[in-house]
Amino acid sequence: MAEQQFCTFYLDGLFFGIEVEKVQEVIRHQAMTRVPLAPKLIGGLINLRGQIVTAIDLRLRLGLPERGAGALPMNVVARSEDGAVSLLVDEIADVVEVSEEAFEQPPDTLQGEARALVRGVYKLPGKLLHVLALRQAIAVDSQNHGSTSCLEAST
Amino acid sequence: MSTAIEGMEEIIKEFLVESAEGLDLLDRDLVALEQDPSSRELLGEVFRAVHTIKGTSGVLGYPQLEKVAHVGENLLSRMRDGKLVLNPAITSGLLAMVDALRRLLSELEQHGNEGAGDYAAVVRQLEALLAESQAAPEPKPEAARTATAVEAPPAPANIDTVPEPNPAPGAAATASPDLAKDTAVGGSNIRVDVGLLDKMMNLVGELVLARNQILQCSSSQTDAAFFNAAQRLNLITTELQEGVMKTRMQPIGNVWSRFPRLVRDLALQCGKQVTIEMEGSETELDKTIIEAIKDPLTHILRNSLDHGIEKPELRLQAGKPASGRLHLRAYHEGGQVNIEIGDDGAGIDSEGVKQKAVQRGLINAQQAERMSERELTNLVFLPGFSTAEKVTNVSGRGVGMDVVKTNIEKIGGTVDLQSVRGQGTTLKIKIPLTLAIIPALIVSSGGERFAIPQVSLLELVRLDGSQGASGIEHIQGVPVHRLRGRLLPLVFLNLELGLGTGNSVRHGTEGTNNIVVLQTDTHQFGLVVDDINDTEEIVVKPLGKQLKGISCFAGATIMGDGQVALILDVLGIAQMASVVTEVHEQAVTGSAGMDAAARAARQSWLLFRSGENSRLALPLSAVARLEEFSLTKVERSGDDEVVQYRGEIMPLVRMSHLLHENGSGGDPLQVVVFLARGRSIGLVVDRIEDITDEAVEVRNDERRGFLLGSAVIQQKVTDIVDLQQVLAHAAQVAAAEAMTGGN
Repeated sequence: MAEQQFCTFYLDGLFFGIEVEKVQEVIRHQAMTRVPLAPKLIGGLINLRGQIVTAIDLRLRLGLPERGAGALPMNVVARSEDGAVSLLVDEIADVVEVSEEAFEQPPDTLQGEARALVRGVYKLPGKLLHVLALRQAIAVDSQNHGSTSCLEAST
Repeated sequence: MSTAIEGMEEIIKEFLVESAEGLDLLDRDLVALEQDPSSRELLGEVFRAVHTIKGTSGVLGYPQLEKVAHVGENLLSRMRDGKLVLNPAITSGLLAMVDALRRLLSELEQHGNEGAGDYAAVVRQLEALLAESQAAPEPKPEAARTATAVEAPPAPANIDTVPEPNPAPGAAATASPDLAKDTAVGGSNIRVDVGLLDKMMNLVGELVLARNQILQCSSSQTDAAFFNAAQRLNLITTELQEGVMKTRMQPIGNVWSRFPRLVRDLALQCGKQVTIEMEGSETELDKTIIEAIKDPLTHILRNSLDHGIEKPELRLQAGKPASGRLHLRAYHEGGQVNIEIGDDGAGIDSEGVKQKAVQRGLINAQQAERMSERELTNLVFLPGFSTAEKVTNVSGRGVGMDVVKTNIEKIGGTVDLQSVRGQGTTLKIKIPLTLAIIPALIVSSGGERFAIPQVSLLELVRLDGSQGASGIEHIQGVPVHRLRGRLLPLVFLNLELGLGTGNSVRHGTEGTNNIVVLQTDTHQFGLVVDDINDTEEIVVKPLGKQLKGISCFAGATIMGDGQVALILDVLGIAQMASVVTEVHEQAVTGSAGMDAAARAARQSWLLFRSGENSRLALPLSAVARLEEFSLTKVERSGDDEVVQYRGEIMPLVRMSHLLHENGSGGDPLQVVVFLARGRSIGLVVDRIEDITDEAVEVRNDERRGFLLGSAVIQQKVTDIVDLQQVLAHAAQVAAAEAMTGGN
């Protein structure tokens, strides 16, 4: 099987995806409780049917510009070894099916932090699908106040 | 997968569980048996346990297991027949057998087979013991050997038929009631998977949250039916919560049961004689807590044995019995469990501790000089501390008591150490009953809500109006509040957490300040928050690993309105605000020393009114309690008023009578309770006004009756009550009343 399904979303105009089996659910904007002293990219805590889930702002995680005031992010709740983690994204798109032949290494359009968090891209008609390296993306350490660089996180 | 094999797996699983329980029992019983070798009952139990394991392992086809159990059984069988008396060598041999069995069982559990371990040594050891015993008392060793080997395998039931009058009745007598008990217990008990209990606990947690939400709704509803239903839901949920929590409770004896064995082995190793006593082993704790305290307790015990209890000859020299005594005690107190581990050993040498701590640079010499005896002994909890002169196999590797302490603190407990040189050491541990659902105080700060576990809470202090401004002072830039004459370091939550603007609160110049007085294991501090909301039962949920590094949060919870609130880690906050560090503490106490003279003149005063015009004060230190009594509670004894108070009759003295004024008294009566010569005396006043902390200059030129004189307190002239006179008068009244009561 060379086909893979991705749950896709937009971040600052870029088209991203996570393997569909790693996504638990997609929900609209939720009220969040902010966590003092946490790195800024921790959006806060949400109550997901009695489960407390940490929300990570993917824009900040990827070093993209902050979301404009009033723009409410959506939640992509991903499964991880340590329970669910929510990723805050701009807008949810469809589940797309891609074939392995369309895969390529990350392009140079992504620089800095984001580059280490993108596993590669799929060339789709008219756009590129960036595959998020989920494990690295959610490896945030709050000990040193968010200064964790992507390099550290991915080692 | 065929059902036959599945059925087999079930049987093996059951065998493993039962055998593990049997082995724990063996550990305990063997040591007990060593103390009391004549107990047929214990011997019977030990024999049965080994026999069961041997029999089942034979049926299931585990030759190694069967072989090890078999030689042990042979030995036990000789003892049961009265042909052999237990001695330390045999006990050690049997305990080695228990260990071998345990290893085999864990192999079975992990790999499904007996593994490649070699158990020949244990078997040889036991066989040697058997041979030895037969060589000595038995005239015909060869015959006896074969006889026991053949006789042993049949079940204990067989013993009844053995025509030996001596052992048989005993064994039979113990066997039959046990059988009866087993069946009775079997009917009302079932084994439940712990995973299922955990899941149930989670669900009950959810239910508690939903209940809180519904209760919140119901308070704003006018529908009586809904309100009633909500109340019922409330009651049922509480009961269910208690019930489910109970299912997770285990007696602490489950952990303790391994200790007699441990103590025995260690004592032999160190060449010491130790007896262990256990009290309150039925005290129940949540399973997760039981697991969490297992290692710390073991460590403490090792320490007591290794460093605490002296060698027999030293003990005799000190006039103590040769055998040392370890005492374990567990009991419930105020929603917490207390565990005490005491020994009657040498105690902690506080001088030695001091020198070592200074030598290791843990504290400096000046600090050491200022420390109290108790503070010094508690230094052993500092990381990198070990007082043992030499590192032994048992303890003293420098990773010791600090690990014990952190582990206990991790589960919300506290450790305290008390030691009397030459008489022994007692370690007192306080731990919560459960971790899953805890009562908490909800506060807000910087627009966010936080939960503070009630265990750490001492009291709430509210400073408003002029007090808001004067209640907070600074010592070298460190904010403090004088709480009944003691300096309480203050921590502003919003500043610590970087919330809000940290406006004027910092200087305490305006508005109301709410101080939550908190207790870490050794320190008290005041946490200044914007608002104090309510107390609530909260369900503790862990934080994601992304947030684990923030030490001031212990977890999170979901509030009645569905929002998430963070749970504060009191110790974490104290450490972050460096309330706890020694240096800071020294800074506070050091500079406090500078105005010690000023402080000495200051005193806490209780201000109250009696009659229309009298504003009175008396020193707060003399006051035991402030109470209210409804007038209906006041009884007469002769001409005097008394109330029943804490199981005694307390005479009441009305301040207004002493001053020959017309005090109203009111209902309920405001009573200031004093303790004089072991009994309570109540002074009835009209109204309690305030408690203040001031340097007061009493002018006693106006001394009259029960007043010492007057002074200016809080810019007002206030009469100071002559407490000695008042109490003397009350004592007279009490004496007179006793006389009339006697007549």
